[in-house]
Amino acid sequence: MDITVNILLTIATAATPLLIAAIGELVVERSGVLNLGVEGMMIMGAVGGFGAGYLTGSPWIGLLAAIIVGALFSLLFAVMTLSLATNQVATGLSLTLLGLGLSGMIGTSFVGQPGVRLPNLDIPGISSIPVVGKLIFGQDPVFYISIALTAAVMWFLFRTRTGLTLRSIGDSHTSAHALGIKVIRYRYLAVIFGGACAGLAGGHLSLVYTPQWVENMSAGRGWIALALVVFASWRPWRVLAGAYIFGAVWIGQLHAQAFGIPVPSQFLSSLPYLATIVVLVLISRNKRLTMMNTPASLGQPFVPDR
Amino acid sequence: MMRIELVKRPQRSALFSVLSPFIAFALTMIAGAVMFALLGVNPLDAFNIYFIQPVSEVWQLHELAIKAAPLILIAVGLSVCYKANIWNIGAEGQFIFGAIFGSIIPVLFPQFEGPLVIPLMLLLGMVGGAFYASIPAFLKTRFSTNEILTSLMLVYVAQLFLDWLVRGPWRDPQGHGFPQTIQFSDSAVLPELMPDAGRANWGFVFALVAAVAIWLMMSRMLKGFEVRVLGSSPRAGRFAGFGLNRMVFFTFLLSGALAGLAGISEVSGAIGQLQPVISPGYGFTAIIVAFLGRLNPLGIVAAGLVLALTYLGGEAVQSALGISDKVARVFQGMLLFFVLGCDTLIHYRIRLIGMALMKPNAAKLDAAPKLEEAR
Repeated sequence: MDITVNILLTIATAATPLLIAAIGELVVERSGVLNLGVEGMMIMGAVGGFGAGYLTGSPWIGLLAAIIVGALFSLLFAVMTLSLATNQVATGLSLTLLGLGLSGMIGTSFVGQPGVRLPNLDIPGISSIPVVGKLIFGQDPVFYISIALTAAVMWFLFRTRTGLTLRSIGDSHTSAHALGIKVIRYRYLAVIFGGACAGLAGGHLSLVYTPQWVENMSAGRGWIALALVVFASWRPWRVLAGAYIFGAVWIGQLHAQAFGIPVPSQFLSSLPYLATIVVLVLISRNKRLTMMNTPASLGQPFVPDR
Repeated sequence: MMRIELVKRPQRSALFSVLSPFIAFALTMIAGAVMFALLGVNPLDAFNIYFIQPVSEVWQLHELAIKAAPLILIAVGLSVCYKANIWNIGAEGQFIFGAIFGSIIPVLFPQFEGPLVIPLMLLLGMVGGAFYASIPAFLKTRFSTNEILTSLMLVYVAQLFLDWLVRGPWRDPQGHGFPQTIQFSDSAVLPELMPDAGRANWGFVFALVAAVAIWLMMSRMLKGFEVRVLGSSPRAGRFAGFGLNRMVFFTFLLSGALAGLAGISEVSGAIGQLQPVISPGYGFTAIIVAFLGRLNPLGIVAAGLVLALTYLGGEAVQSALGISDKVARVFQGMLLFFVLGCDTLIHYRIRLIGMALMKPNAAKLDAAPKLEEAR
C-alpha cells in the first residue's frame, strides 16, 4: 500500500511542472500566440528560483523569484512578437536558446551547491491519515497551486467575459480588433502569464523535484508541455489528464531502470520523448478535432492598421 | 512607459535588407559589453580576447573553418526548409544520425581500407541524416503532425541512442572502459586541406560547395521557385500544381542529408571516433546562422564564420578570464534576437511614442492614436 502511495506521489511531483507550464502555454495559445520559448523560460525560472532560494535561504522567496524571472523573460518574447511583429516560431526558438545559455552562465557558481526545498504540506493529525492524508493533504505547495491554477484557467476561459474575449482574439485577431478590443494588450498579458507559469514550473524543478541546480535540468519538459497543449486540443482539463499520463511515463521509466529491467537505460530514458511523438500522431490523425479546436490565428503576427 | 508603433512601408526597404544583420551585430556587441561589465571585466579587454585573439594566427583560422563547416552545412539546408515555411528544428538529431550511419564502416569493418572508404562514409552519413529527417516529414504528410515538436523530440532520442551505442555495442574493447568507439583508421579520416598550416579539413569545402549549389538552386532553378512560392503562399503554390507534401519531404530530406554530412564530416575529420557527445549544439546554432544569413546561402557562409567565432571566443574567455564558456550561447541567443528584431525594419518603420507626450490627455490615453489617424 505504501509503495503505491509513494509511486502516486512521485507521479504527481513529475506531472506538476508539466501541468503548470502547459496551462500557461494554453492561455498564450488561446490568445493566438505560439510561444516556443517554454523550455527557455522554464530553465530561467529554475535557475532564478534556485539562486534566490540559495542566497536567501528561503524556498518561498525562491519560488517567487522563479515566477518573476519567468515573467520577465517572456516579456522579451512579447516585445519582439507583439510590438515588433517578428516571426513567432523563430523568436520562440531564440528565447529557448538564449534561456539555455543564460541559465548555464548564471548557474555556473550554483553547480553542486546544496539547495533549499519547499516543505510538504503538513496539517497535524490530518496529513498522517494513511493513504488519503498523504495524497491529498501532504504534498508540496506547488501541487496545490497547479490544481487551483487549472481550475482557475478553466473558469476564466469558459465562464468569464474576459476569457471569451481572449478566445475570440485567438480565433480572429482582425475581427477582435475591429470590435475595438485591445488585441496587443490582451496578448501581452497572456504571454506574461504563460511566462510566469513556465517560471513557476522551473521553480518547482529546482526547489521541489530535485532541490539543486543542474545544467539543462528541464530536460525537454518545456517542449513536452508544448506538445501537451496540442494533445489536449487546447482544453485545460485534458491538459491535466495529459500531464499525469506523462508524469506516469516519466516515473515508470525511472522505476523500470531502478528495478534493473534488462533494457538499456537509454531506451527507457527516451520513452517520454517517444511517447510525446506517439501521442501527437494519435491526436493529429483526427483532423476534424484538431481543426475545430486550434485557435485560428495561432502563430500569425498581427499589426493593427490605423 | 513607451509604446511602439509599426507603420508598414509601401515596399520592403532594400537598405535595411542589407543593413539589418550589421545593426543586429552592433546591438549584440553593445549588449555584450554591458554583460561583460556586469561580470566585472573591462569590455574592451574581453572583446579583444573574444573576437580578435582567436583569429589572429593562421592555425586559428583553420580552427574557425572547422567550427564553421558544420554550421554552414546545416544552416544551408535549414534555410530551404524555412523559406518553404517548414520548420525542421531537429537538425541536431539528424547530425547525430549522420555521424552514426557514417561510422558504420570504420567501427564495424575497420579492416576495410582504401580510397573508397571516405566517399562511402560520407554517402552513408547523408543517408543517415535524411533517414532521420524523413520521420517528422512522414508524420507531417501522413498524419499532419506538427513537425516542430516531432523533429525536436527526436533530438533527445538521437542523443540517447548515440549514448547507448558508445557505452554498449560499439564501445572500444581496448578503451579502458571509456565510452567511445575505436579510433578511425587513417583511410577513414577526412584529409586535412593544408596539413602544414592547420587542422582544417575537407568539411569546409563541402560547406562552401553546398552553399553555392543551394544558392544556384534557389535563385536559378524551378525547384527554388517552387520553394519560395509554397513558402510565401501555399494557396498560390497549389494552383501552380506544386505539391505541399512533396515539398515537405524534399526540404526535410535535403536538410537532413546536409546535417548528416556535417555529422560524419565532424566525426571523421575533427574528432576521429564516436563519443557520447559529438556536437556543442551545432544543430541549434545553425538555426541562428540561417536567420543571420537572411536564409540566403551566401549570407549563411558569412554568418557561419561569425557564429564559429562565438564558439572560439567562448573557449578563449573561459581560459583567459575564467568566465563560463556558456557566454558563447548567450552571444548566439542575443544575436538571433537582434536579427529578428532588426528584420522588422525591412517591412515596417518603427515609431516610438512616449507616454509623456500623451500626459495632458492622461484621462483619455486612447485619444492619441485617434489623433494620428486623423492626421
